[in-house]
Amino acid sequence: MENIILYAITLLLLLVSLVKDKGKTKMALKKAWKAFDNILPEFLGVILLVGIMLGILNAELISKIIGEQSGWLGVILAAVVGAITLIPGFIAFPTAAMLLEHGAGLMQIGAFVSALMMVGVVTMPVEIKYFGRKLTFARNGLAFIFCFIVAYIIGKVVGGV
Amino acid sequence: MKYLKRYRFFLLTIVLMAIIFIINKEVGLKALNVTGFSLKEMLLVIPPVFILLGLLDVWVPRETMMKYMGESSGLTGIILAFIIGSAAAGPLFGAFPVAGMFMKKGVRFLNVLIFIGAWSTTKIPMLLFELSALGTTFTVTRLLINIPGIILIAYVLSSLVSKEEIAGIYEKAQSL
Repeated sequence: MENIILYAITLLLLLVSLVKDKGKTKMALKKAWKAFDNILPEFLGVILLVGIMLGILNAELISKIIGEQSGWLGVILAAVVGAITLIPGFIAFPTAAMLLEHGAGLMQIGAFVSALMMVGVVTMPVEIKYFGRKLTFARNGLAFIFCFIVAYIIGKVVGGV
Repeated sequence: MKYLKRYRFFLLTIVLMAIIFIINKEVGLKALNVTGFSLKEMLLVIPPVFILLGLLDVWVPRETMMKYMGESSGLTGIILAFIIGSAAAGPLFGAFPVAGMFMKKGVRFLNVLIFIGAWSTTKIPMLLFELSALGTTFTVTRLLINIPGIILIAYVLSSLVSKEEIAGIYEKAQSL
């Protein structure tokens, strides 16, 4: 659904651009291709790496690691798993719900979801290309630490512990 | 040789995949399956995102971007960065080329970082999935912590780097 909207908007703008100025539109497409070609090697590598990660990890293994009784160690592990994997939202959230049903703790799931969204170890090659090493490590590091704050508060508010 | 250097990371992952296949065929097949799925997702989202970037580059003047999101854009810039990041589609690594374009157009570094933060945690399409899977309390609580978190992280990050370093990153963005 969101893809249809994205395509519709792109096509519309592309048409408007074409009507207004053919030369500029051609230049825009050239630039689009250049930007894509530039980052393609990193994209391909990242996608394969994600595949490998998800091939090795599965729901049972994860819920074993981050069960309700696993405490802060489980929270840390959950954050680590979330940080290294990259799962699209429509898989990640049902997976998180399933993990909860399988006995994963709320705090751990909070850490898992946060790390999944904010920290991207496998996507670092792409990030470094644009932001450099220092900022990439700093951003992911800060986001990783932040996951524990999120986990703690979610545990308190949602879990009522 | 040039290609070999550019694609060495990708080649490395192919080797890794091959090793996994040798060790455990089942895991290898699953990994390949996921890869195919992600590749399909990428191929679907990437063309419009990059075409929009190209159009933005050609049609929106640097001055306009700077006015609304540049150094002196203040709260407007922050809010715009939040809105654009939240409305986005696609995985986080799609945000970086957009961020690169923002830098090229003179958007304030703080706003670039807020945009990345918003893309990662407050994306509206993702929120719908989260709501249905984990419930309202979980989603709203996470959002209420994450929104100030994004701003905080953005401020800390921009204070970590010197003006020269930011200038260097912006200069690099020109060529990407």
